[in-house]
Amino acid sequence: MTQALFGQLLIGLINGSFYALLSLGLAIIFGLLNVVNFAHGAQYMMGAFAAWMAMSYLGIGYWWALLLAPAAMGLVGVAVERLLLRRLYGLDNLYGLLLTFGLTLIAEGLFHQAYGNSGYSYPVPELLRGGVNLGFMYLPLYRAWVVVVSIFVCTLCWYVIEQTKLGAYLRAGTENPKLLQAFGVNVPLMFTVTYGFGVALAAFAGVMAAPVYQVTPLMGSSLIIVVFAVVVIGGMGSISGSIVTGLALGLVEGVTKFVYPEASSVVVFVVMAIVLLVRPAGLFGREQ
Amino acid sequence: VTRLASPIVWAWTAMILVGLAAPYLVYPVFAMNVLCLALFASAFNLLLGYTGLLSFGHAAFLGSAAYVTGYTLKAWGLPTELGVLAGTAVATLLGWLFGALAIRRSGIYFAMITLGFAQLVYFVIVQMPWTGGEDGLQGIPRGKALGLVPLDRPIAMYYFVFLAFLGGFFVVHRAIHSPFGQVLRAIRENEPRALSLGYDVDRYKLLAFVLSAALSGLAGSLKAVVLQFASLSDVHWHRSGEVVLMTLLGGMGTVMGPSVGALLVIALENYLANMGSWVTVITGAVFVVTVLAFRRGIVGEIRAIVKRSFIGVKP
Repeated sequence: MTQALFGQLLIGLINGSFYALLSLGLAIIFGLLNVVNFAHGAQYMMGAFAAWMAMSYLGIGYWWALLLAPAAMGLVGVAVERLLLRRLYGLDNLYGLLLTFGLTLIAEGLFHQAYGNSGYSYPVPELLRGGVNLGFMYLPLYRAWVVVVSIFVCTLCWYVIEQTKLGAYLRAGTENPKLLQAFGVNVPLMFTVTYGFGVALAAFAGVMAAPVYQVTPLMGSSLIIVVFAVVVIGGMGSISGSIVTGLALGLVEGVTKFVYPEASSVVVFVVMAIVLLVRPAGLFGREQ
Repeated sequence: VTRLASPIVWAWTAMILVGLAAPYLVYPVFAMNVLCLALFASAFNLLLGYTGLLSFGHAAFLGSAAYVTGYTLKAWGLPTELGVLAGTAVATLLGWLFGALAIRRSGIYFAMITLGFAQLVYFVIVQMPWTGGEDGLQGIPRGKALGLVPLDRPIAMYYFVFLAFLGGFFVVHRAIHSPFGQVLRAIRENEPRALSLGYDVDRYKLLAFVLSAALSGLAGSLKAVVLQFASLSDVHWHRSGEVVLMTLLGGMGTVMGPSVGALLVIALENYLANMGSWVTVITGAVFVVTVLAFRRGIVGEIRAIVKRSFIGVKP
């Protein structure tokens, strides 16, 4: 009984870690560029695939993939921002959403064409195999690693954005990019780097996810819709808010899976409806 | 003074003539499919093009109506008209429910909320025992129009759909060219100003949303009768994205644009039908090119050219 509950809570916590990582990236990109990056899910999928391809074709292991896949995807992000997104600044922000939606279709279609529907499994790295028996439950090491690293990365992002000079520039750019540019900061470069960083973060989440879930071309799109709901619930106004909301909703999902499994896939959307009724601006959002 | 008939009259005449002749020129099922999705896109355009609200979950209305119509025709043996009405009614109700919640946020959040609700509908339909899960509902009977004309004949079915399409299209047209439509445009252009002029903006948005959902439902119901099946692809978010593409490609905020877009997208999909996932890739590429290069869409660009050349003639 408690075994099962804690098991579901752990799965919830892991899902929540990915919600937190992805909604954090979305919030950073949206904050500065005013673009809702629909391709975030596809970029997460490509991160996972990059790790899998590096392993199968080049024999590059998990630890290098954890570094290289985000770096490669970050460069892809830089190119996307430079070549495509940049042309849409100053327009209604729905065009950014539609452009990245188109990119999602292209990426998913290509991977689906090449790799089909079936999932590929990625082995857990040797160092993190096995688990610990905590008495009330069995804790696989890799899962603990995912939760700890996600929280660490999220906290690091929060620290950099809220407490450092670099973060101060970022926040200033979010408030008023023109003024910041007048002070001599290279704002266009900042936009490029920020988008690249957001994409790298999504790819990082993808590599982390590869040993937990199956690597499939469609793994990102179902996730990103949930992450959007998380973003609506939390509001994109605050970095810490999106982290907390992500983790909390993962746990809510886990509990639901234990209590009433049929509802687990929809519970996040139900929570979204309730939040819209009670606090339309989102839990951590500010009314604009 | 001779006055040319307005372009709208011309467009209507052309549309009716093409519509009447279509089943003799192309494969009737293709023509019917285009009509259903053209109605869907026109209903969607009422929101995106005229109210400035991007719904990313319109598949929920199309798909739920298709399932309800399919089920009531197949399991309860309702007459075709009543089945279509039932599907439309359910979509209207859903539209009212989701609309009332979604309009509490605006802009980009609105898109995310509608996407979320559509995903909710998708999961519910996957799990419900009566929807046939992954297989969908198959073998939906077409029945008889008014209990007299058997709709199994493609031509009869076609004109049934065409009539319903014209009805729905007329409603969209009337809504756009009415004081109601003017208020919607005012909301699109400047919401705070519309509010300060004393318009109950939320009520107008909700009404537009419900109307759009109802007509999307009508389109879905008709589609279920035409194709004789309802499947998960009708409630999938790809379908929601597809209708955005149709509207954008044809020209949002134009009366004819969405229908033109629907025709092009369906033709493209049919043409590429056995190319697997390349359809998705090409659809995505069309999206990217449209967003980057011609955001006014085909009809919008034509309108701009016509306007420019007229202004060139007499200043």
